[in-house]
Amino acid sequence: MRAAFVRALVEAAAKDPRVVLLTGDLGFMALEPFSDAYPDRFINVGVAEQNMVGVACGLADAGFLPFCYSIATFASMRGYEFIRNAAAIHRMPVRIVGVGGGFEYGSAGLSHHGLEDVGLMRIQPNLTVVVPADHRQTLTAVRTTWDLPGPTYYRIGKDDRREVPGLEGRFELGRVDVLGSGADLLFLAMGAVSAEVAAAAEKLVARGLRSTLGIVSTVNPPPIDDLVHLLSQFPLAITVETHQLNGGLGSLACEVAAENAIRCKVVRVGVAGSPSGLTGSEDFLNRRHGLDCDSLVATAISAAAGSSA
Amino acid sequence: MKKVSAYEISRIVLEQSMRARVGHIGSALSISGILAALYDGGLRANAPDDPDRDRFILSKGHAALALYAALHLRGWLTADELGTYCADGTLLGVHPDSDLIGVDFSTGSLGHGLSIGAGAALGARMRGSQRRVVVLVSDAECDEGSLWEAVMLAAHHRLGNLIAIVDLNGQQALGYTKDVLSLDPLGDRWSAFGWDVLHVDGHDVPGLTKAIASMNDRPDTPHVVIAHTVFGHGVSFMRNQLKWHYLPMSQADYELALNDIKSLQ
Repeated sequence: MRAAFVRALVEAAAKDPRVVLLTGDLGFMALEPFSDAYPDRFINVGVAEQNMVGVACGLADAGFLPFCYSIATFASMRGYEFIRNAAAIHRMPVRIVGVGGGFEYGSAGLSHHGLEDVGLMRIQPNLTVVVPADHRQTLTAVRTTWDLPGPTYYRIGKDDRREVPGLEGRFELGRVDVLGSGADLLFLAMGAVSAEVAAAAEKLVARGLRSTLGIVSTVNPPPIDDLVHLLSQFPLAITVETHQLNGGLGSLACEVAAENAIRCKVVRVGVAGSPSGLTGSEDFLNRRHGLDCDSLVATAISAAAGSSA
Repeated sequence: MKKVSAYEISRIVLEQSMRARVGHIGSALSISGILAALYDGGLRANAPDDPDRDRFILSKGHAALALYAALHLRGWLTADELGTYCADGTLLGVHPDSDLIGVDFSTGSLGHGLSIGAGAALGARMRGSQRRVVVLVSDAECDEGSLWEAVMLAAHHRLGNLIAIVDLNGQQALGYTKDVLSLDPLGDRWSAFGWDVLHVDGHDVPGLTKAIASMNDRPDTPHVVIAHTVFGHGVSFMRNQLKWHYLPMSQADYELALNDIKSLQ
């Protein structure tokens, strides 16, 4: 997704001289297509994420469209008050780009795991939050949203190979993309884990469970109409995100279900419990938190049995 | 129209603080001379909607009343609007909001303004605009690490169109800066980071105006004016007294204060 993001940004920069890219000294072997093509519009602010967001707001005031790049944890949390007070409150076209959400930085350890970013971002009313599911959708999402008038947060994965089967790069701001038409349960997935959820949905067919998969790639503004429509059709929904259990997609689904009096049990799969220092590969950490294909199959079977009992 | 002067700004600060019964009076009085210098010619700003006018960021947002006073005296804010300070439904809160015409950026959380100002100055240069950016920070705001991030960036990019003014009144929310977290030697610190440093009496309006104008002669480095000021300037009983960071005035305080500031005329 990272390469796709940079490709889309280079395209945008070619069309519009307002596009500038700032980085908090990260992006080796990733940002070069932009920095080589537009060295005058590439600013490494150093290891200073708060300042990066503040500087971006000043640039936006001068008429630019600044993109601020860092690892998801640093991008979203270090400068959070700047994102709120400078970008969101002023409704400035500042883009925060958080790379590698969830456990994508695996063995780098807890400091690098982006587990709160989407929750923090989606509570800012003026901030658009886009979480593409794969690299093809990233390309479309950035091509669709790069020149939005207000601020935007992008959570961009690092994987530029794996695709969600059937998604074919579709993206529509504020909509849920629906894959499959199984009637037994609804999966709602956000971000790079979506391909794993699609694999679980496929495996469940052999176990007698047919599901529909909703890809939620716009978290704010919340796709309420689509979520109401989907949740209303199923007795059971399973939300899946590489994010803390509270605050992200699962919380959004519960809010929509409760506020619309929808009779649908929502099972949230995410990172539960206190984070520990135990680390390892992304796959290992996803398995530990039930975010791999086999765990999702087991969760679905168990939830479906409980739901029909 | 009344002239933008330290006296008129101070008079309005007292009048509106009294009417609204709110504090932050000492902090607002400490910058009356700085704002007089900026809004009586220091800033190149003929109209609030001129896209190339100089930008001003009151990073010490808690002194916004002094800014409202200057905007009013400049003719950008009506007396009726000024009279809504801190009333229900007003845009004129204790801290400034950019929805108010003439206020370039909302502030209130310290340590933000210089980053925004550095970006605005960098953006002006990238656009080939002659716009300058002036950021007024408090001395205790220099406690914030983010301020020094912006100081480094501005020096690295040689932002000669950026002017920081430090309101060095020596007072912060729980005491004197020398007791809470020492800033000394403040000018040397900015200088060591690569800034052009000027020390000025922050209540000498012609001196401030001259200092700001002189910075155009050194276009390759960001500039800082260390403005030596007095907290509660012009009002004898507020001078360097912490409680005037917080308290509203009684009627007797107000009358005494109005009489005191006549010395600023």
